[in-house]
Amino acid sequence: MLKVTPFHVRTAPLCHSQAWRRWAGYVVASSYELLHDREYHAIRSAAALFDVSPLYKYLIGGRDAVRLLDRVVTRNVAQCKVGQVVYTPWCDGDGKQIDDGTISRLGEHSYRLTAADPNLRWLHRNAAGLEVTIEDVSERTAALSLQGPNARAILQVAADRDLTDLRYFHLTSAAIHGTPVIISRTGYTGDLGYEIWVDAPQAVPLWDALIETGTPYGLTPAGMLALDVARIEAGLLLIEVDYISSHRALIEAQKSSPFELGLGWTVALDKEAFNGRHALRAEQRRGPAWQFTGVEVEWDSLERLYAEVGLPPRLPTVAWRASVPVYSDGRQVGYATSGGWSPLLKRYVALAHLESAFARPATPVRLEITVEHHRKQAAARVAKTPFFNPDRKRA
Amino acid sequence: MPPRYDAIVIGGGHNGLVHAAYLARAGRRVLVLERRARVGGAAVTEEIFPGFRFSVFSYVVSLLRPEIIRDLELPRHGLDILPLESTLTPLPNGDYLAMWSDHDQTRRELCRHSPRDAEAYDEFGQLMHHMAMAVKPILGMVPPDPTSLSPGDLLGLARLGKHFRSLGERHFHALCKLMTMSSADFLDEWFEFDGLKATKAASGIIGTFLGPRSPGTAYVLLHHYMGEIDGAFRAWGFAKGGTGAISEAIAAAARASGAEIRTDAPVARVRVRGGRATGVVLESGEEVQASVVVSGLDPRRTFLQLVEEHELPADFVADIRRYKFRGSSGKVNLALAELPNFTCLPGVGPHLRGAISISPSLDYVERAYDDAKYGAFSRRPYLDIVIPSMIDPGMAPPGKHVMSIFVQYAPYHVNGGWDDAKREAFGDAVVDTVAQYAPNIRSAILGRQVLTPADIERITGLTEGNIFQGELALHQLFFMRPTPAWAKYRTPVRGLYQCGAGTHPGGGIMGASGRLAALQVLKDGR
Amino acid sequence: MPDVVVVGAGLNGLVTAGYLAKAGRRVVVLEQRAAVGGTTVTEEIAPGFRCDIVQHDIGWLPPRIASDLGCTGVELVRGDPAVVTPLDDGRSLQLSPDTAKSVAAIRALSPSDAAKWPEFSERMSRLAGFLEGLYFGPPPQPLRSAPRDLLALLRLGRRFRGLGRTGMIDLLRVLPMAVAELLDDWFEADALKGTLAAGAVSGVLQGPRSGGTAFGLLHHLVGQGAFRCPASVRGGVGVLAHALAATARQHGAEIRTGAAVERITVKDGRAAGVVLASGEELAARTIVSAADPRRTLLGLVEPIHLDPDVALAVRHIRCRGPLAKVNLALDELPRLPPPGLTGHGVVSISPSLDYLEHAFDDAKHGAISRKPYCEIRVPSVLDPSLAPRGKHVMSVLVQYAPYHLRDGWTAAQREALGDAVVATLAEYAPNLPAAILHRQVLTPKDLEDGWGLTEGSLYHGELSLDQILFMRPVPGWSRYRTPLDGLYLCGPGAHPGGGIAGLAGRNAARTILKDTPRS
Repeated sequence: MLKVTPFHVRTAPLCHSQAWRRWAGYVVASSYELLHDREYHAIRSAAALFDVSPLYKYLIGGRDAVRLLDRVVTRNVAQCKVGQVVYTPWCDGDGKQIDDGTISRLGEHSYRLTAADPNLRWLHRNAAGLEVTIEDVSERTAALSLQGPNARAILQVAADRDLTDLRYFHLTSAAIHGTPVIISRTGYTGDLGYEIWVDAPQAVPLWDALIETGTPYGLTPAGMLALDVARIEAGLLLIEVDYISSHRALIEAQKSSPFELGLGWTVALDKEAFNGRHALRAEQRRGPAWQFTGVEVEWDSLERLYAEVGLPPRLPTVAWRASVPVYSDGRQVGYATSGGWSPLLKRYVALAHLESAFARPATPVRLEITVEHHRKQAAARVAKTPFFNPDRKRA
Repeated sequence: MPPRYDAIVIGGGHNGLVHAAYLARAGRRVLVLERRARVGGAAVTEEIFPGFRFSVFSYVVSLLRPEIIRDLELPRHGLDILPLESTLTPLPNGDYLAMWSDHDQTRRELCRHSPRDAEAYDEFGQLMHHMAMAVKPILGMVPPDPTSLSPGDLLGLARLGKHFRSLGERHFHALCKLMTMSSADFLDEWFEFDGLKATKAASGIIGTFLGPRSPGTAYVLLHHYMGEIDGAFRAWGFAKGGTGAISEAIAAAARASGAEIRTDAPVARVRVRGGRATGVVLESGEEVQASVVVSGLDPRRTFLQLVEEHELPADFVADIRRYKFRGSSGKVNLALAELPNFTCLPGVGPHLRGAISISPSLDYVERAYDDAKYGAFSRRPYLDIVIPSMIDPGMAPPGKHVMSIFVQYAPYHVNGGWDDAKREAFGDAVVDTVAQYAPNIRSAILGRQVLTPADIERITGLTEGNIFQGELALHQLFFMRPTPAWAKYRTPVRGLYQCGAGTHPGGGIMGASGRLAALQVLKDGR
Repeated sequence: MPDVVVVGAGLNGLVTAGYLAKAGRRVVVLEQRAAVGGTTVTEEIAPGFRCDIVQHDIGWLPPRIASDLGCTGVELVRGDPAVVTPLDDGRSLQLSPDTAKSVAAIRALSPSDAAKWPEFSERMSRLAGFLEGLYFGPPPQPLRSAPRDLLALLRLGRRFRGLGRTGMIDLLRVLPMAVAELLDDWFEADALKGTLAAGAVSGVLQGPRSGGTAFGLLHHLVGQGAFRCPASVRGGVGVLAHALAATARQHGAEIRTGAAVERITVKDGRAAGVVLASGEELAARTIVSAADPRRTLLGLVEPIHLDPDVALAVRHIRCRGPLAKVNLALDELPRLPPPGLTGHGVVSISPSLDYLEHAFDDAKHGAISRKPYCEIRVPSVLDPSLAPRGKHVMSVLVQYAPYHLRDGWTAAQREALGDAVVATLAEYAPNLPAAILHRQVLTPKDLEDGWGLTEGSLYHGELSLDQILFMRPVPGWSRYRTPLDGLYLCGPGAHPGGGIAGLAGRNAARTILKDTPRS
């Protein structure tokens, strides 16, 4: 039996598509409606509500909490102020990425780490000799992600405190219709949005409150299919899809470093010793062999390939997760791991691992596309991510 | 007059049959001689009680080489292996540990006992995957002799060396640890939950006379993971129709290729002339000649009973004499009126379709060993229980069930020797142990067959009742199985080969020894 | 600023210091205890009674080390008989360095065993000789491809071939075996098998029927030439420690006692010095720790400086000391079966394999052996100055007293252990209990508390197959270097392990000299 989230009593009746998927041992809705289009558009035009409870959440406390985190992750956590959130990857001793997530500084010596994979054992292994407490609160804490241009307006009404001054990647505590929550201005859509953290027993009242307040603002419960399109537009990577945790990789070639994943900006080489520093420093010196970047398929090329067989272009309206070869001059120079049609941008976009020499924006490459059972190559260009980056995200 | 047969295979156990099938496929005229009325050796299905069919001895399939299934087209000859889906370990506190085939489900269950173990389990599985990859080529090779300077052996050693180098230092070191550590110590490095460690460790002691805390038991942990990289089936499977169906399928494949199989044909002696085997003499006095004689029997039977001692070098005989059997397990087969009702997980459920392991703690298994060490059967033994009728309803009358219980430890050299009273006491200890977790078992028993190592020896001919034809201990593996210098299926007698589990790689219903021996015979051009 | 700080003045620390000082390095040795020697010390246990309070032999001191360092004035003593095992029937088994004498003694128990003894000794000694070759220098790394490594492997291969066919097979077959199985292959006499097996399992929490224990038999045979024949020192093992300390000082080393190192400091990813308990800081380019690897790398170095995988491997080094020590001040000599106590060798309470195995069973389940294996020395027979006139000191090495006792070590448990030992000995020497004037009991916990030995492991980590050669102390770091630049290990936690005095220290010193050529 799979686990269900604390919101399941509400989400299950809404899931008309009966399309569920597994996420970290839970079932969550792929889409609520038969098609996920409306859910996607809610993200970009109104507001969407995601159940993100399956995320792993750890509370880290004690005098050495910051030392533990700084030993584990690549960002400089010591610089994170109370009420601030940072996004960070973390690595093994060889500088290969294990996972990525956010660290919220809840108090002087209190942090919450979110992760895609279980990391309890890893945290404990790194805590040797430190005065810290590590608590797995994954099941105890439920979470909703409220994303879209109307997100702030909805919360402004629903919450008991003014959120206009809550800056991007900051958090605050509040009450929503009497339910105590923590609201962080974070998300996985690249849009204006918030994540709302609540004790599991209070999950349903929170859901009801948000739906009640939000519905007039166009709030729509949304599933993973819509989220997937949005996160690709935002250029956000997904573990097990875009990269393999070094703890799960079976061979070296399956592992990636933060530099290779476009996360070099998160690596604070100048801070005290942390896992992988030695290797990462060396990698930074010689430059990463790979880069993770956007690729945009050229419409004309796509249209031509389909036209050759007498068809209009077939567009991946559901984002794909497969390894698709990327070529340059007939040689494979990388592979795309996520891609799909952006309904908003009207562009076919993908996220790809490319040899560094081919990763500069605007570099022409070719993406493999199967047209009527035949493998073809569509002209494409390396593009900077995010593909979509509205001002409202940070404003 | 040339002999009628190119090869005679002594013993129609699964390895003998595999061997015969491969030789027959290569166009050799092969005769298999089986002592009993049916083929299969320790892989037989028998109707012990009317309507109740049992895999009397060997009861699960692990690692039956997929290439053998493919090469011999065994499914065409009736082989159908069904996966055993789960392992249930009832715990003394009334709780249980269940491991399912679904990863998320297992994880969730482990989390109940220890979140850290749930995480470690994945990483452990990953390491084991690598270790299985590291070991697989070794299982499939004819062991080179490290003491020899012959080009073939040096080449084999070089290949082995290259293979180890290809592992990389991290995995090579892990392999070294796995080969030398005790399963308890190895598991202690990974897990904290005793029930999990005990259940894993228990699989490491099967067929050995060692406890889980003794070095040299860790590598058997690999067994469970070997199947997964083979892509054939899960680690453990159950043959439709019982393990006898496997033997029948292999026999059918051998026959289809032209092999002749005679049952009720016990061999008395291997005939040796001028240092080479020329045939066999049956107990009936009949003589059959062949250019090659291959024994599927264990080394002691083959060399100390079928061959005259003067035909063998003295140091070889000494080596065979010190080759250790030390049978340590027994078997209890029950015909049941109803399913056992486990107090930890009452009722009928998927858990009854898998294995049920009575291994609540490392200490429990270790104490079971302590009894055996001093010549007693375990008062509270480690049990591996399956209910084949849950997977294949044809094994019992409708609504009724058969239960197969593998029991360790039951030392062959029990104090005072095995007799009927001791056999029954042993059976009682087993039933009592089951009843602790499933109290209805006593009243459900319609029939009970208890097999001590002495019984196993008597019925199947396996020396000291050792199910693997010799202890699976480090010093009896690879190029030392059964003895250094004669680990390549050949023997000091020209034309006499060995193909049983007493040769590399041995163990379980793998068929690898039979196949590798056949390849060796064919390579030798015989 | 000294070139090198050596942490710990046990035999290995002193040897390392001696070699480094002789090569002209400025060396400071820091010892937490008031005397040098570590566990190799001879101290007063009661007024007028001096005893080897922990180790009562030095195993094997490779002669090369003493001569390299110019260490003199130490009289090493080897027993003949080396070991006397009293039997229940009042007889005893005596093993001697002299094969013929042993054969004669064994014949009384089993003519067949006596007949096999010379061949057994010869074949096992050949294997020990093979190990000895591996022990001088860092262990070969099977997977490294540097020319030096390949050459070492080639040499290893040649030496392996040199064993001859029987020897090669013996080595491959014996190493993974349970010592009981090996001995059962050869012998029938219980006392012979028990006495040999006792030497093999000494220091490991395994019984003779545990796999891999035959290695112990070979390891303790290295350099000895005969079974159970370690060297003791006239006047007590402390004499050797003092001699080595004097030698190191002569070469210019400074040795400070009562100087406990609390921390090894790290700067820019390399060891930079030490901080003493007093707060004093001492900077040095090279730090060599004779403390055990777990204590060094997890206790003295902040774990943050260690790769988590290496840290985990270090944490997994199995120590779990099974040995305790009982030291007695005696009013009179215990009366044991002939030849009694000659003062040279040891008396071994190891009547059979089952005896040892039962003793292990208790420990395996977290209890003190009800009937422990005991190894007894009475050094005052040889050197009467160790005790007041007419009186004696007795040193008893006891196994098994598991560090991880089910309910933990308490004062009551310590006394219970002492009582079990005295009761066991009294079965053979009935006058013993009444002769005891004073009793000192050191449990593994006491060894940890008093000497800093993790889990009371005298060998700084079990000598078992998965913790030797290129896997000692942890796989990948078996060459005295550590993941922290500038920090080295020189104790028995490194290759080749305990029971061989000073060899790890010598090997470590040579590595350091190679790594840090004089500027």
